[in-house]
Amino acid sequence: MSGKDVLLQVDNLTKNFQTGSGIVKAVDGVSFDVKRGTIVGLVGESGSGKTTAGRCTLRLIEPSGGRLLYDGVDLRNLSEREMRAYRRRLQIVFQDPYSSLNPRLRVEDIIGEALDTHGLAKGTARRDRIAELLSRVGLNPDHARRFPHEFSGGQRQRIGIARALAVEPEFIVADEPVSALDVSVQAQVLNLIQDLQKSFGLTMLFIAHDLAVVEYLCDEVVVMYLGRVMERGPSRSVYAKPRHPYTQALLSAAPVPDPKAGRQRVVLKGDIPSPMNPPSGCVFRTRCPFAIAECAQVVPSFDAVGHQHHVACIRHSDPEVISQGHQL
Amino acid sequence: MAAAASSSVPTPTHFVLRLISRKTVLVGLLALLTIAVVAILAPVLAPYAPNKLSVVNRLKPPGATFWFGTDEFGRDVFSRTIYAGRLSLLVGASVVTFAAIFGVALGLIAGFFKRLDTPIARIIDAMMAFPDILLAIALVAALGPSLLTVIIALGIVYTPRLARIVRASTLVIRELPYVEAARALGVPTWRIMTRHVLRNLVSPILVQATFIFAYAMLAEAGLSFLGLGVSPEIPTWGTMIAAGRQYIGQADWMTLFPGIAIIVSVLSLQMVGDGFRDLLDPRLRKDL
Repeated sequence: MSGKDVLLQVDNLTKNFQTGSGIVKAVDGVSFDVKRGTIVGLVGESGSGKTTAGRCTLRLIEPSGGRLLYDGVDLRNLSEREMRAYRRRLQIVFQDPYSSLNPRLRVEDIIGEALDTHGLAKGTARRDRIAELLSRVGLNPDHARRFPHEFSGGQRQRIGIARALAVEPEFIVADEPVSALDVSVQAQVLNLIQDLQKSFGLTMLFIAHDLAVVEYLCDEVVVMYLGRVMERGPSRSVYAKPRHPYTQALLSAAPVPDPKAGRQRVVLKGDIPSPMNPPSGCVFRTRCPFAIAECAQVVPSFDAVGHQHHVACIRHSDPEVISQGHQL
Repeated sequence: MAAAASSSVPTPTHFVLRLISRKTVLVGLLALLTIAVVAILAPVLAPYAPNKLSVVNRLKPPGATFWFGTDEFGRDVFSRTIYAGRLSLLVGASVVTFAAIFGVALGLIAGFFKRLDTPIARIIDAMMAFPDILLAIALVAALGPSLLTVIIALGIVYTPRLARIVRASTLVIRELPYVEAARALGVPTWRIMTRHVLRNLVSPILVQATFIFAYAMLAEAGLSFLGLGVSPEIPTWGTMIAAGRQYIGQADWMTLFPGIAIIVSVLSLQMVGDGFRDLLDPRLRKDL
């Protein structure tokens, strides 16, 4: 794992949405690195800004601030035309396998569009490449002339993956690629993603809300809450010793497939606050079981608590918080 | 999967089969087909020339020689009615084409480019605030009455209807993940507009076009009746009814037959359009 260079460096990424009643800070100063050939998991509950952050890294949503250093180049400085060339290197797999495929196009045209746009293959070569991609994702190459509605959710997701792979990208943002699928199909698609990642040496940003999936798949994990990063670090370290109360709460909510396993649960009160009017100081303090008066005053800085393991909590070294993390 | 699949997008042949399996649509289509064939073959089918005057045969009631009777100049009403059909169909088809080209273009541009949306949408709303026929009358009055101006005026009147539907659907479709996927691939905007957006709009455009066809035929008859359409000697259903109005007490067949022609063609277009719409709207889809 060590010695790998950073392919994508997200630095202080910000995205504000202007709404009728004010500015929503969907992503507020998010920073993390993605090393070449690794999978970074981006987790958080609904409304945490993880999907927006993922879209921003590909400039599918234009970020409001920050830098996106990809292989040394800041993607935000590229013109529309220059960005188009980079699109071949950066791809995305969507959450909803139904709305992510144009219902009017045949599978060969959905995948073929990727090839045509970048002039990768024509005629027989194009047909062969589509067949190859289909079989690579576990679909029958003879089904190239079918329409999306003739496939199941899992099969459609495989088509979406084949489309992303068609341009031979280096980096893929997977936006909750299995959360819309049946549990039985989820494992198959996850195995496919892992297998493809290994064999093509892909670098991935894997957005999810299922922590078990992230633990299984990812080398590193970034935990987001209300547009900010709460904790980030190597998966093993974060899962073994979660230092942020929010991470602890998320982990304690994940089901354990052992009926006898007793564990302490951290139950969060209330809902995620409105990003239009976030709490002062630490944004998590309104729901934090360990919150103290100081949390309202100080915006917690990122402190290293282990090898590459960072946490944004002023009480991260408090024995009470640490022991909570160990009990999970 | 099958249940969800059949409700999304049927294949073209499948769609046509389901469409004509409805009685109203089948009847409407057959009626339209008959009207079109009769109108196209008018020179062959008409027993008399549409403008052949015959003073002896003035205001003859319908019978074996003159199936639909004759008018005040002794012209055969049947021949005139089927000749008039050609013009009505021509006007309907031209207006639909005009409105489709401009409506689709405006709607796509408004829906796709946020900066142009507000001006285009406001103009569309402003135009739709006028009653159809009133706006058409004003436009014909401004441009001068002729066949071409009638087509242009009605085309302008019906363009906003299509533009509004295309704009609304474009606003929805451009946010769908498959459009985002195309952007992520670097597909140029114009290709996204045609390939991903327009292709998914074909059905609602078709439905609206059917209705516009019917409205345009009706409006043309109205304009001609008011003397704002084509010149009175050219037979259209509107001019025929306008001419027959004075003789309605003595020769009601002069207004009756062109009137029936309008009713049948507009009704059958509406029946087809309704069938189309019901089939495309899952909430209205019944027995199919």
